[in-house]
Amino acid sequence: MKFKGVLPTVIAIAFGILVLAGYFFGHNADGTLSLLGELQLIILNVAVILAGFAVLVGICNLLLVHTKKIRDKQKGARYSSILIITLVVTFLLGLLAHYIPTAASLFSDAFKFIQLPIETSLMALLVVTLTYASIRLLRRHLNLLSVIFLITAWLILVGMAPWPFLGDVPFLSDTLRPIIAQIPATAGARGILLGVALGTLTTGLRILFGSDRPYGGKNG
Amino acid sequence: MNDLLLGLVGFGIIFLSTALLGGLVALRRKSSPVFREIPAFTRLRQAIGRVVEDGTRLHVSLGRGALATPQSASALAGLVLLRRLAELTSAGDQPPIATSGDAALAILSQDTLQTGSQASAQGAYDPTAGRLTGLTPFSYAAGALPAICDENISTNVLIGNFGVEVGLLAEAAERANTFTLAASDNLTAQAVLFASVQEPLIGEELYAAGAYVDAGPLHAASLTVQDILRWLIIVVILVGALLKLTGIL
Repeated sequence: MKFKGVLPTVIAIAFGILVLAGYFFGHNADGTLSLLGELQLIILNVAVILAGFAVLVGICNLLLVHTKKIRDKQKGARYSSILIITLVVTFLLGLLAHYIPTAASLFSDAFKFIQLPIETSLMALLVVTLTYASIRLLRRHLNLLSVIFLITAWLILVGMAPWPFLGDVPFLSDTLRPIIAQIPATAGARGILLGVALGTLTTGLRILFGSDRPYGGKNG
Repeated sequence: MNDLLLGLVGFGIIFLSTALLGGLVALRRKSSPVFREIPAFTRLRQAIGRVVEDGTRLHVSLGRGALATPQSASALAGLVLLRRLAELTSAGDQPPIATSGDAALAILSQDTLQTGSQASAQGAYDPTAGRLTGLTPFSYAAGALPAICDENISTNVLIGNFGVEVGLLAEAAERANTFTLAASDNLTAQAVLFASVQEPLIGEELYAAGAYVDAGPLHAASLTVQDILRWLIIVVILVGALLKLTGIL
Protein backbone atom coordinates (compact mmCIF):
# COMPACT_ATOMS: atom_id res chain seq x y z
CA MET A 1 0.00 0.00 0.00
CA LYS A 2 1.35 3.42 -0.91
CA PHE A 3 2.07 6.05 1.77
CA LYS A 4 -0.70 8.21 0.29
CA GLY A 5 -3.19 5.46 1.10
CA VAL A 6 -1.69 4.50 4.47
CA LEU A 7 -1.75 7.93 6.11
CA PRO A 8 -5.52 8.58 5.93
CA THR A 9 -6.18 5.00 7.04
CA VAL A 10 -3.89 5.32 10.08
CA ILE A 11 -5.41 8.71 11.02
CA ALA A 12 -8.99 7.41 10.59
CA ILE A 13 -8.35 4.25 12.64
CA ALA A 14 -6.53 6.16 15.40
CA PHE A 15 -9.27 8.78 15.74
CA GLY A 16 -11.98 6.11 15.52
CA ILE A 17 -10.41 4.13 18.36
CA LEU A 18 -9.97 7.29 20.46
CA VAL A 19 -13.63 8.26 20.06
CA LEU A 20 -14.81 4.71 20.79
CA ALA A 21 -12.59 4.47 23.87
CA GLY A 22 -13.96 7.83 25.01
CA TYR A 23 -17.44 6.29 25.28
CA PHE A 24 -16.25 3.60 27.71
CA PHE A 25 -13.42 5.33 29.61
CA GLY A 26 -14.47 8.96 29.17
CA HIS A 27 -15.26 9.64 32.83
CA ASN A 28 -13.24 9.42 36.02
CA ALA A 29 -14.65 7.75 39.14
CA ASP A 30 -15.80 11.17 40.46
CA GLY A 31 -17.81 11.80 37.27
CA THR A 32 -15.45 14.37 35.73
CA LEU A 33 -14.15 14.01 32.18
CA SER A 34 -11.00 11.94 31.82
CA LEU A 35 -8.27 12.73 29.28
CA LEU A 36 -9.94 10.32 26.82
CA GLY A 37 -13.30 12.01 27.39
CA GLU A 38 -11.80 15.43 26.68
CA LEU A 39 -10.06 14.13 23.57
CA GLN A 40 -13.32 12.60 22.38
CA LEU A 41 -15.11 15.92 22.88
CA ILE A 42 -12.43 17.83 20.93
CA ILE A 43 -12.48 15.32 18.05
CA LEU A 44 -16.29 15.40 17.83
CA ASN A 45 -16.28 19.22 17.88
CA VAL A 46 -13.75 19.29 15.04
CA ALA A 47 -15.96 16.80 13.15
CA VAL A 48 -18.96 19.12 13.56
CA ILE A 49 -16.93 22.10 12.23
CA LEU A 50 -15.72 20.02 9.28
CA ALA A 51 -19.31 18.94 8.56
CA GLY A 52 -20.21 22.66 8.35
CA PHE A 53 -17.48 23.22 5.77
CA ALA A 54 -18.67 20.09 3.95
CA VAL A 55 -22.04 21.80 3.42
CA LEU A 56 -20.28 24.69 1.65
CA VAL A 57 -18.36 22.21 -0.52
CA GLY A 58 -21.64 20.37 -1.20
CA ILE A 59 -23.33 23.59 -2.32
CA CYS A 60 -20.39 24.33 -4.66
CA ASN A 61 -20.89 20.81 -6.06
CA LEU A 62 -24.60 21.54 -6.57
CA LEU A 63 -23.69 24.73 -8.46
CA LEU A 64 -21.14 22.87 -10.57
CA VAL A 65 -23.63 20.12 -11.51
CA HIS A 66 -26.33 22.57 -12.57
CA THR A 67 -23.92 24.95 -14.35
CA LYS A 68 -22.73 21.97 -16.39
CA LYS A 69 -26.35 21.11 -17.20
CA ILE A 70 -26.98 24.63 -18.49
CA ARG A 71 -23.68 24.76 -20.41
CA ASP A 72 -24.35 21.39 -22.11
CA LYS A 73 -28.04 22.34 -22.74
CA GLN A 74 -29.16 19.11 -21.11
CA LYS A 75 -32.79 18.23 -20.46
CA GLY A 76 -34.16 20.35 -17.60
CA ALA A 77 -31.55 23.10 -18.02
CA ARG A 78 -34.29 25.71 -17.45
CA TYR A 79 -34.91 24.33 -13.98
CA SER A 80 -31.17 24.38 -13.31
CA SER A 81 -31.06 28.10 -14.09
CA ILE A 82 -34.00 28.71 -11.73
CA LEU A 83 -32.17 26.71 -9.05
CA ILE A 84 -28.97 28.72 -9.45
CA ILE A 85 -30.79 32.08 -9.38
CA THR A 86 -32.80 31.16 -6.26
CA LEU A 87 -29.74 29.70 -4.59
CA VAL A 88 -27.73 32.89 -5.12
CA VAL A 89 -30.64 35.11 -4.01
CA THR A 90 -31.31 33.05 -0.87
CA PHE A 91 -27.59 32.91 -0.06
CA LEU A 92 -27.31 36.70 -0.33
CA LEU A 93 -30.45 37.18 1.76
CA GLY A 94 -28.98 34.85 4.39
CA LEU A 95 -25.74 36.83 4.46
CA LEU A 96 -27.53 40.19 4.70
CA ALA A 97 -30.10 38.94 7.24
CA HIS A 98 -27.81 39.85 10.15
CA TYR A 99 -27.48 43.48 9.03
CA ILE A 100 -30.74 44.38 7.24
CA PRO A 101 -34.09 43.52 8.92
CA THR A 102 -35.96 43.43 5.56
CA ALA A 103 -33.50 40.83 4.28
CA ALA A 104 -34.06 38.75 7.42
CA SER A 105 -37.82 38.87 6.92
CA LEU A 106 -37.51 37.98 3.20
CA PHE A 107 -35.15 35.13 4.10
CA SER A 108 -37.62 33.60 6.54
CA ASP A 109 -40.54 34.23 4.13
CA ALA A 110 -38.70 32.34 1.38
CA PHE A 111 -38.63 29.33 3.66
CA LYS A 112 -42.20 29.75 4.99
CA PHE A 113 -43.95 30.55 1.72
CA ILE A 114 -41.88 28.70 -0.88
CA GLN A 115 -39.93 25.77 0.52
CA LEU A 116 -42.41 24.62 3.17
CA PRO A 117 -45.48 24.53 0.87
CA ILE A 118 -43.50 22.77 -1.86
CA GLU A 119 -42.25 20.10 0.55
CA THR A 120 -45.77 19.69 1.96
CA SER A 121 -47.09 19.22 -1.59
CA LEU A 122 -44.50 16.53 -2.18
CA MET A 123 -45.67 14.82 1.01
CA ALA A 124 -49.24 14.93 -0.30
CA LEU A 125 -48.06 13.54 -3.63
CA LEU A 126 -46.43 10.71 -1.72
CA VAL A 127 -49.83 9.61 -0.37
CA VAL A 128 -51.09 9.08 -3.93
CA THR A 129 -47.82 7.40 -4.92
CA LEU A 130 -47.97 4.96 -2.02
CA THR A 131 -51.62 4.12 -2.60
CA TYR A 132 -50.82 3.35 -6.22
CA ALA A 133 -47.76 1.31 -5.19
CA SER A 134 -49.89 -0.74 -2.77
CA ILE A 135 -52.34 -1.52 -5.54
CA ARG A 136 -49.48 -2.69 -7.76
CA LEU A 137 -47.85 -4.70 -4.97
CA LEU A 138 -49.79 -7.90 -5.64
CA ARG A 139 -49.03 -7.70 -9.34
CA ARG A 140 -45.32 -7.39 -8.58
CA HIS A 141 -44.93 -9.92 -5.75
CA LEU A 142 -47.87 -12.29 -5.48
CA ASN A 143 -46.94 -14.11 -2.28
CA LEU A 144 -48.12 -14.65 1.28
CA LEU A 145 -46.00 -11.80 2.70
CA SER A 146 -47.51 -9.25 0.31
CA VAL A 147 -51.04 -10.40 1.15
CA ILE A 148 -50.34 -10.15 4.90
CA PHE A 149 -48.74 -6.71 4.38
CA LEU A 150 -51.76 -5.37 2.50
CA ILE A 151 -54.36 -6.85 4.86
CA THR A 152 -52.51 -5.50 7.91
CA ALA A 153 -52.14 -2.03 6.35
CA TRP A 154 -55.85 -2.04 5.45
CA LEU A 155 -56.94 -3.13 8.95
CA ILE A 156 -54.77 -0.49 10.64
CA LEU A 157 -55.98 2.26 8.29
CA VAL A 158 -59.64 1.37 8.71
CA GLY A 159 -59.17 1.02 12.47
CA MET A 160 -57.51 4.44 12.78
CA ALA A 161 -59.66 6.49 10.40
CA PRO A 162 -62.31 8.81 11.92
CA TRP A 163 -65.38 7.52 10.06
CA PRO A 164 -68.27 9.98 9.56
CA PHE A 165 -71.34 9.22 11.73
CA LEU A 166 -69.65 6.07 13.01
CA GLY A 167 -66.48 7.33 14.69
CA ASP A 168 -64.60 4.18 15.60
CA VAL A 169 -65.26 0.78 14.04
CA PRO A 170 -66.39 -1.56 16.82
CA PHE A 171 -63.92 -4.38 17.65
CA LEU A 172 -61.49 -3.28 14.91
CA SER A 173 -60.59 0.13 16.41
CA ASP A 174 -60.57 -0.77 20.08
CA THR A 175 -59.41 -4.42 20.09
CA LEU A 176 -57.89 -5.73 16.88
CA ARG A 177 -55.86 -2.66 15.83
CA PRO A 178 -54.12 -2.24 19.23
CA ILE A 179 -53.35 -5.99 19.29
CA ILE A 180 -51.80 -5.86 15.80
CA ALA A 181 -49.88 -2.67 16.56
CA GLN A 182 -48.62 -3.66 19.99
CA ILE A 183 -47.79 -7.35 19.58
CA PRO A 184 -46.83 -8.61 16.10
CA ALA A 185 -45.86 -5.18 14.69
CA THR A 186 -43.76 -4.20 17.73
CA ALA A 187 -42.12 -7.64 17.87
CA GLY A 188 -41.27 -7.49 14.16
CA ALA A 189 -39.98 -3.93 14.43
CA ARG A 190 -37.73 -4.85 17.37
CA GLY A 191 -36.40 -7.86 15.48
CA ILE A 192 -35.54 -5.70 12.46
CA LEU A 193 -33.96 -3.03 14.68
CA LEU A 194 -31.80 -5.66 16.43
CA GLY A 195 -30.60 -6.83 13.01
CA VAL A 196 -29.88 -3.23 11.99
CA ALA A 197 -27.95 -2.66 15.26
CA LEU A 198 -25.81 -5.75 14.65
CA GLY A 199 -25.15 -4.61 11.08
CA THR A 200 -24.19 -1.16 12.35
CA LEU A 201 -21.78 -2.72 14.86
CA THR A 202 -19.95 -4.85 12.27
CA THR A 203 -19.84 -1.95 9.78
CA GLY A 204 -18.19 0.23 12.43
CA LEU A 205 -15.68 -2.51 13.26
CA ARG A 206 -14.76 -2.97 9.59
CA ILE A 207 -13.97 0.74 9.39
CA LEU A 208 -11.88 0.53 12.58
CA PHE A 209 -10.02 -2.44 11.07
CA GLY A 210 -9.34 -0.33 7.97
CA SER A 211 -11.12 -2.87 5.77
CA ASP A 212 -13.74 -0.37 4.54
CA ARG A 213 -12.11 2.91 3.58
CA PRO A 214 -14.70 5.38 2.35
CA TYR A 215 -12.09 8.16 2.63
CA GLY A 216 -9.88 6.90 -0.22
CA GLY A 217 -7.81 3.87 -1.09
CA LYS A 218 -9.07 0.45 -2.05
CA ASN A 219 -11.19 -1.63 0.28
CA GLY A 220 -9.42 -4.65 1.60
CA MET B 1 -24.25 1.64 38.57
CA ASN B 2 -26.68 1.01 35.73
CA ASP B 3 -24.57 3.13 33.36
CA LEU B 4 -21.44 1.26 34.41
CA LEU B 5 -23.12 -2.10 33.80
CA LEU B 6 -24.43 -1.00 30.39
CA GLY B 7 -20.98 0.33 29.51
CA LEU B 8 -19.37 -2.96 30.46
CA VAL B 9 -21.94 -4.95 28.44
CA GLY B 10 -21.33 -2.65 25.42
CA PHE B 11 -17.58 -3.00 25.76
CA GLY B 12 -17.95 -6.78 26.10
CA ILE B 13 -20.05 -7.00 22.91
CA ILE B 14 -17.54 -4.90 20.94
CA PHE B 15 -14.59 -6.92 22.30
CA LEU B 16 -16.34 -10.22 21.48
CA SER B 17 -17.27 -9.05 17.97
CA THR B 18 -13.70 -7.86 17.31
CA ALA B 19 -12.26 -11.19 18.46
CA LEU B 20 -14.79 -13.13 16.37
CA LEU B 21 -14.14 -11.02 13.26
CA GLY B 22 -10.38 -11.44 13.57
CA GLY B 23 -10.67 -15.18 14.28
CA LEU B 24 -13.08 -15.84 11.40
CA VAL B 25 -10.95 -13.95 8.88
CA ALA B 26 -7.89 -15.96 9.94
CA LEU B 27 -9.83 -19.26 9.74
CA ARG B 28 -11.41 -18.55 6.38
CA ARG B 29 -8.33 -17.34 4.60
CA LYS B 30 -8.25 -20.45 2.40
CA SER B 31 -11.94 -21.27 1.96
CA SER B 32 -14.68 -19.23 0.31
CA PRO B 33 -17.86 -18.85 2.39
CA VAL B 34 -21.31 -19.92 1.16
CA PHE B 35 -24.31 -17.65 1.83
CA ARG B 36 -28.02 -18.18 1.47
CA GLU B 37 -29.31 -16.85 -1.82
CA ILE B 38 -30.85 -13.38 -1.76
CA PRO B 39 -32.57 -13.00 -5.17
CA ALA B 40 -32.12 -9.20 -5.11
CA PHE B 41 -28.32 -9.52 -5.30
CA THR B 42 -28.50 -12.13 -8.07
CA ARG B 43 -30.68 -9.77 -10.11
CA LEU B 44 -28.38 -6.86 -9.28
CA ARG B 45 -25.46 -8.73 -10.86
CA GLN B 46 -27.56 -9.35 -13.98
CA ALA B 47 -28.57 -5.68 -14.07
CA ILE B 48 -24.93 -4.59 -13.75
CA GLY B 49 -24.11 -6.82 -16.72
CA ARG B 50 -26.84 -5.07 -18.71
CA VAL B 51 -25.48 -1.62 -17.71
CA VAL B 52 -22.10 -2.54 -19.22
CA GLU B 53 -23.57 -4.17 -22.35
CA ASP B 54 -26.18 -1.49 -23.13
CA GLY B 55 -23.96 1.50 -22.44
CA THR B 56 -26.49 2.79 -19.92
CA ARG B 57 -25.81 4.20 -16.47
CA LEU B 58 -25.95 3.04 -12.87
CA HIS B 59 -27.37 5.36 -10.22
CA VAL B 60 -26.66 4.83 -6.53
CA SER B 61 -28.55 6.98 -4.04
CA LEU B 62 -26.97 6.97 -0.60
CA GLY B 63 -29.71 8.62 1.44
CA ARG B 64 -29.12 11.34 4.00
CA GLY B 65 -27.43 9.61 6.92
CA ALA B 66 -25.14 12.26 8.41
CA LEU B 67 -21.71 10.91 9.26
CA ALA B 68 -21.78 12.06 12.89
CA THR B 69 -24.99 10.13 13.61
CA PRO B 70 -25.71 6.39 14.11
CA GLN B 71 -27.49 6.41 10.71
CA SER B 72 -24.10 6.80 9.04
CA ALA B 73 -23.54 3.02 9.17
CA SER B 74 -26.10 2.40 6.44
CA ALA B 75 -24.53 5.16 4.33
CA LEU B 76 -21.08 3.64 4.84
CA ALA B 77 -22.45 0.23 3.78
CA GLY B 78 -23.83 2.02 0.71
CA LEU B 79 -20.40 3.51 -0.05
CA VAL B 80 -18.85 0.03 0.03
CA LEU B 81 -21.46 -1.15 -2.47
CA LEU B 82 -20.90 1.98 -4.60
CA ARG B 83 -17.16 1.30 -4.72
CA ARG B 84 -17.67 -2.31 -5.78
CA LEU B 85 -20.35 -1.43 -8.36
CA ALA B 86 -18.14 1.34 -9.77
CA GLU B 87 -15.40 -1.26 -10.26
CA LEU B 88 -17.83 -3.75 -11.83
CA THR B 89 -19.20 -1.16 -14.28
CA SER B 90 -15.78 0.26 -15.09
CA ALA B 91 -15.84 -1.48 -18.50
CA GLY B 92 -19.02 0.41 -19.42
CA ASP B 93 -19.32 3.57 -21.51
CA GLN B 94 -20.77 5.78 -18.82
CA PRO B 95 -19.53 6.11 -15.24
CA PRO B 96 -22.06 5.60 -12.43
CA ILE B 97 -23.56 8.55 -10.60
CA ALA B 98 -24.18 8.86 -6.88
CA THR B 99 -26.67 11.18 -5.20
CA SER B 100 -26.94 11.93 -1.50
CA GLY B 101 -28.69 14.22 0.96
CA ASP B 102 -25.74 14.91 3.22
CA ALA B 103 -22.77 17.07 2.24
CA ALA B 104 -20.05 14.96 3.87
CA LEU B 105 -21.56 11.84 2.31
CA ALA B 106 -21.51 13.53 -1.11
CA ILE B 107 -17.80 14.26 -0.70
CA LEU B 108 -17.14 10.64 0.27
CA SER B 109 -19.16 9.42 -2.73
CA GLN B 110 -16.99 11.58 -5.02
CA ASP B 111 -13.88 10.09 -3.48
CA THR B 112 -15.31 6.57 -3.86
CA LEU B 113 -16.22 7.17 -7.51
CA GLN B 114 -12.77 8.62 -8.19
CA THR B 115 -11.13 5.49 -6.77
CA GLY B 116 -13.57 3.31 -8.72
CA SER B 117 -12.79 5.17 -11.95
CA GLN B 118 -9.10 4.25 -11.64
CA ALA B 119 -10.14 0.67 -12.43
CA SER B 120 -11.77 1.73 -15.71
CA ALA B 121 -10.07 1.59 -19.09
CA GLN B 122 -10.75 5.29 -19.68
CA GLY B 123 -9.68 6.23 -16.15
CA ALA B 124 -11.65 9.47 -16.51
CA TYR B 125 -13.31 10.86 -13.43
CA ASP B 126 -16.28 13.19 -13.65
CA PRO B 127 -16.42 15.45 -10.55
CA THR B 128 -20.16 15.96 -11.07
CA ALA B 129 -20.88 12.22 -10.77
CA GLY B 130 -21.06 12.42 -6.95
CA ARG B 131 -23.79 14.91 -6.15
CA LEU B 132 -25.42 16.59 -3.20
CA THR B 133 -29.03 16.95 -4.34
CA GLY B 134 -30.62 18.61 -1.31
CA LEU B 135 -30.27 19.03 2.42
CA THR B 136 -33.87 18.40 3.52
CA PRO B 137 -35.62 15.04 2.94
CA PHE B 138 -37.90 16.19 0.14
CA SER B 139 -35.41 18.55 -1.52
CA TYR B 140 -32.99 15.61 -1.62
CA ALA B 141 -35.65 13.44 -3.27
CA ALA B 142 -36.68 16.21 -5.67
CA GLY B 143 -33.04 16.77 -6.64
CA ALA B 144 -32.42 13.06 -7.24
CA LEU B 145 -35.50 12.60 -9.46
CA PRO B 146 -33.99 14.22 -12.61
CA ALA B 147 -30.97 11.92 -12.28
CA ILE B 148 -33.27 8.87 -12.34
CA CYS B 149 -35.45 10.13 -15.20
CA ASP B 150 -33.11 12.04 -17.54
CA GLU B 151 -29.66 10.47 -17.43
CA ASN B 152 -30.05 7.18 -19.30
CA ILE B 153 -30.20 5.15 -16.07
CA SER B 154 -31.04 1.45 -16.32
CA THR B 155 -30.24 0.38 -12.74
CA ASN B 156 -31.01 2.23 -9.52
CA VAL B 157 -29.59 1.23 -6.15
CA LEU B 158 -31.15 3.11 -3.23
CA ILE B 159 -29.15 2.22 -0.15
CA GLY B 160 -28.73 4.21 3.06
CA ASN B 161 -30.82 6.17 5.51
CA PHE B 162 -34.08 7.36 3.95
CA GLY B 163 -37.46 8.44 5.24
CA VAL B 164 -40.80 8.25 3.46
CA GLU B 165 -39.41 10.45 0.65
CA VAL B 166 -37.81 7.29 -0.77
CA GLY B 167 -41.30 6.47 -2.11
CA LEU B 168 -40.89 9.29 -4.66
CA LEU B 169 -37.53 7.92 -5.82
CA ALA B 170 -38.93 4.38 -6.05
CA GLU B 171 -41.93 5.58 -8.06
CA ALA B 172 -39.70 7.54 -10.47
CA ALA B 173 -37.48 4.48 -10.95
CA GLU B 174 -40.57 2.33 -11.60
CA ARG B 175 -41.88 4.80 -14.17
CA ALA B 176 -38.51 4.91 -15.90
CA ASN B 177 -38.78 1.12 -16.16
CA THR B 178 -35.42 0.51 -14.51
CA PHE B 179 -34.19 -2.26 -12.21
CA THR B 180 -34.34 -1.00 -8.62
CA LEU B 181 -32.75 -2.50 -5.54
CA ALA B 182 -33.49 -0.61 -2.34
CA ALA B 183 -32.57 -0.87 1.33
CA SER B 184 -32.84 1.40 4.33
CA ASP B 185 -32.14 1.18 8.05
CA ASN B 186 -35.33 3.14 8.74
CA LEU B 187 -38.45 1.07 9.53
CA THR B 188 -40.91 3.43 7.83
CA ALA B 189 -38.77 3.55 4.70
CA GLN B 190 -38.56 -0.27 4.69
CA ALA B 191 -42.36 -0.46 4.69
CA VAL B 192 -42.55 2.07 1.85
CA LEU B 193 -39.90 0.17 -0.13
CA PHE B 194 -41.61 -3.17 0.43
CA ALA B 195 -44.70 -1.76 -1.25
CA SER B 196 -43.04 0.14 -4.07
CA VAL B 197 -39.80 -1.52 -5.20
CA GLN B 198 -39.06 -4.70 -7.20
CA GLU B 199 -36.22 -5.80 -4.94
CA PRO B 200 -36.44 -4.48 -1.38
CA LEU B 201 -33.89 -5.58 1.22
CA ILE B 202 -35.31 -5.92 4.72
CA GLY B 203 -33.49 -5.29 8.00
CA GLU B 204 -29.87 -6.32 8.19
CA GLU B 205 -29.78 -7.47 4.54
CA LEU B 206 -28.60 -3.92 3.82
CA TYR B 207 -25.34 -4.62 5.68
CA ALA B 208 -24.85 -7.91 3.81
CA ALA B 209 -24.47 -6.09 0.48
CA GLY B 210 -20.66 -5.98 0.69
CA ALA B 211 -20.40 -9.74 1.28
CA TYR B 212 -22.69 -10.51 -1.68
CA VAL B 213 -20.68 -8.37 -4.11
CA ASP B 214 -17.32 -9.76 -2.93
CA ALA B 215 -16.09 -6.57 -1.28
CA GLY B 216 -13.59 -8.41 0.94
CA PRO B 217 -13.09 -11.23 3.46
CA LEU B 218 -14.12 -9.09 6.44
CA HIS B 219 -17.57 -8.63 4.90
CA ALA B 220 -18.13 -12.38 4.81
CA ALA B 221 -16.85 -12.72 8.39
CA SER B 222 -19.17 -9.87 9.46
CA LEU B 223 -22.19 -11.89 8.39
CA THR B 224 -21.12 -14.85 10.54
CA VAL B 225 -20.46 -12.55 13.51
CA GLN B 226 -23.94 -11.06 13.10
CA ASP B 227 -25.44 -14.57 13.09
CA ILE B 228 -23.52 -15.57 16.24
CA LEU B 229 -24.56 -12.38 18.05
CA ARG B 230 -28.16 -12.87 16.91
CA TRP B 231 -28.22 -16.34 18.48
CA LEU B 232 -26.72 -14.91 21.67
CA ILE B 233 -29.48 -12.30 21.80
CA ILE B 234 -32.12 -14.99 21.24
CA VAL B 235 -30.70 -17.04 24.14
CA VAL B 236 -30.59 -13.95 26.40
CA ILE B 237 -34.21 -13.06 25.54
CA LEU B 238 -35.41 -16.63 26.15
CA VAL B 239 -33.49 -16.97 29.44
CA GLY B 240 -34.75 -13.55 30.54
CA ALA B 241 -38.35 -14.51 29.75
CA LEU B 242 -37.93 -17.80 31.60
CA LEU B 243 -36.48 -16.10 34.67
CA LYS B 244 -39.31 -13.55 34.61
CA LEU B 245 -41.90 -16.33 34.32
CA THR B 246 -40.45 -18.20 37.26
CA GLY B 247 -40.33 -15.00 39.35
CA ILE B 248 -36.52 -14.98 39.74
CA LEU B 249 -36.16 -11.64 37.93
